[in-house]
Amino acid sequence: MSPDPRPDPLEGTSAEPGVAKADPILTVSDVRRSFGGITAVDVDHLEIPRGLITGLIGPNGAGKTTLFNLLTGFDTPDKGTWTFAGEDLAGVPAHLVARKGMVRTFQLTKALARMTVMENMQLAAVGQTGERLLPALLPSLWRPQEDALTERADELLVRFKLDHMRDQFAGTLSGGQKKLLEMARALMVEPSMVMLDEPMAGVNPALTQSLLGHVKGLRDNEGRTVVFVEHDMDVVFDISDWVVCLAQGAVIAEGRPSEIGSNPAVIDAYLGSSHSEAPVQRRKRHERRAS
Amino acid sequence: MLVDILVDALRTSVGPTAAAYALLAIGLNMHFGFTGLLNFGQAGFMLVGAYGVAITVSTFGGPLFLGVIVGMLAAVVLALLLGVPTLRLRADYLAITTIAAAEILRLLFRSTAAEPVTGGVFGLRQFGGAFFALNPLPDDRAYLGPLAASAGRMWVMLVGWSVVLLMTLLVWALIRSPWGRVIRSIREDEDAARSLGKNVFAYKMQSLVLGGVIGAIGGALFALSLQTVQPDTFLPQVTFYAFAILILGGTASTFGPVIGAVIFWFILGMLLSGLRTFSDAGLLPEFFGAQAVGAVSLTFVGVLIMSLMIFRPQGILGDKKELQLDVS
Repeated sequence: MSPDPRPDPLEGTSAEPGVAKADPILTVSDVRRSFGGITAVDVDHLEIPRGLITGLIGPNGAGKTTLFNLLTGFDTPDKGTWTFAGEDLAGVPAHLVARKGMVRTFQLTKALARMTVMENMQLAAVGQTGERLLPALLPSLWRPQEDALTERADELLVRFKLDHMRDQFAGTLSGGQKKLLEMARALMVEPSMVMLDEPMAGVNPALTQSLLGHVKGLRDNEGRTVVFVEHDMDVVFDISDWVVCLAQGAVIAEGRPSEIGSNPAVIDAYLGSSHSEAPVQRRKRHERRAS
Repeated sequence: MLVDILVDALRTSVGPTAAAYALLAIGLNMHFGFTGLLNFGQAGFMLVGAYGVAITVSTFGGPLFLGVIVGMLAAVVLALLLGVPTLRLRADYLAITTIAAAEILRLLFRSTAAEPVTGGVFGLRQFGGAFFALNPLPDDRAYLGPLAASAGRMWVMLVGWSVVLLMTLLVWALIRSPWGRVIRSIREDEDAARSLGKNVFAYKMQSLVLGGVIGAIGGALFALSLQTVQPDTFLPQVTFYAFAILILGGTASTFGPVIGAVIFWFILGMLLSGLRTFSDAGLLPEFFGAQAVGAVSLTFVGVLIMSLMIFRPQGILGDKKELQLDVS
């Protein structure tokens, strides 16, 4: 892991499910969602530390995406509450959740295909005067704001190496570029927390490295909180400050990346109770690489 | 003979009906082309616009401008009624609801119970007096040379196409604004728009109201040009004529509905006039006579939509590049 000069905000946080953090930005309490007879999410307590990268892992069907959907207002839980930056967000519609600073991306990218890359970016800025019906008819009311946000979008496109595609339809981008665009677009909202649903899925290894760099940059350069779902354990162990493992909808383990791979509950969840060495070996391989 | 047919077709293509249909298609373009709302009940919006004028003036003796406003307000109410329950659901629900609502309106307006107000199956007439009284054109001559438009027809055409131009400008200005950007993002993927903080429901509602009101203005123009309204003018196929115009001109292109309306009515005018001419000259088999006119125009619209979808899905003004993108 990159050397971190700051004091460790997770100092003394014990690696157990539902543990309290010193400075949580998101606190989830007793959230449950079932589809028919299947309980997809059943989280008793979960805190996401502010300004850090939290990896959310778990086998397929563990409820990771459903939890994302619930927390961001794209789905409604059967019960439960959660607060984000001190505000109760239960029952708040998705678009307001985004405006409050909690922005998510999607597992299957949602690039707006028949709009240009630049339009995708411009769209994401919040509080635009020209987005209201009547002011929209008077360009003089929104032109200065539009110019400012276009400038900001251009800077982000350069950072994410999409500037050469600026005026192309987003539908013409490659899968990896769409992932980049989605991340850049989420930043146009100026969120305090970004929730990335499998940001590396289907991305070639070279681009993965660049995406990882961008995710770290969100934390290190901009002080944003990141929560991401990922299946590639090397990636998870590489960039996470904290890892949460879901299985069958519940938080079964939490801890630093160094602790989580050897956690018996995690190994159980991934491989069934007949243990295998695989995750541990992976972690060791990773540690060798890091040292 | 062929020249007569062409003149007839040209006359139809720039006539008041074409202008009214252009307005219907502009409204549909707002719904379907830009927002992705599948409105199959544009005939319903046209109906409330037409009857707004007719009932206000003919039944209640109100002034004409009030009638137009009543028609537009009725379209707002109709859009809200349709939108509130369906816009939160998937697109197909709006399609089902709108086509049913338009039919319910038509059957309601033609019912015996409504006859004191709507005139029932006979409809209403003689409500355009104030409109034609405003006509500044001297009526002792015909206009547009071989098209031989009367002063009254010329007046409706002038007003009608001016309104078409005005509405096209309105849509153009809105679509190139940040408001239009949100609208188009909803067409592409409403969850994405939502995840970026856009109130998708509110925007869809605005689009539904706006497109519906433009359709209602088309209805008012249609009623004024004919000086009569009958409920059975507003059959579901009216909506599909408007869709044919929209697809022909180019879905999601600002000027497409106008070009589409002119060309659509040119071809339809040519077909009908040709059919009549050849039939009168005894050149057609008997069963293909004057009674076949309605069936032929319906067949034509069907074949037109099908061939457009197969050979030129982007229409005349659309961007083919856009269509090749996989929207998902």
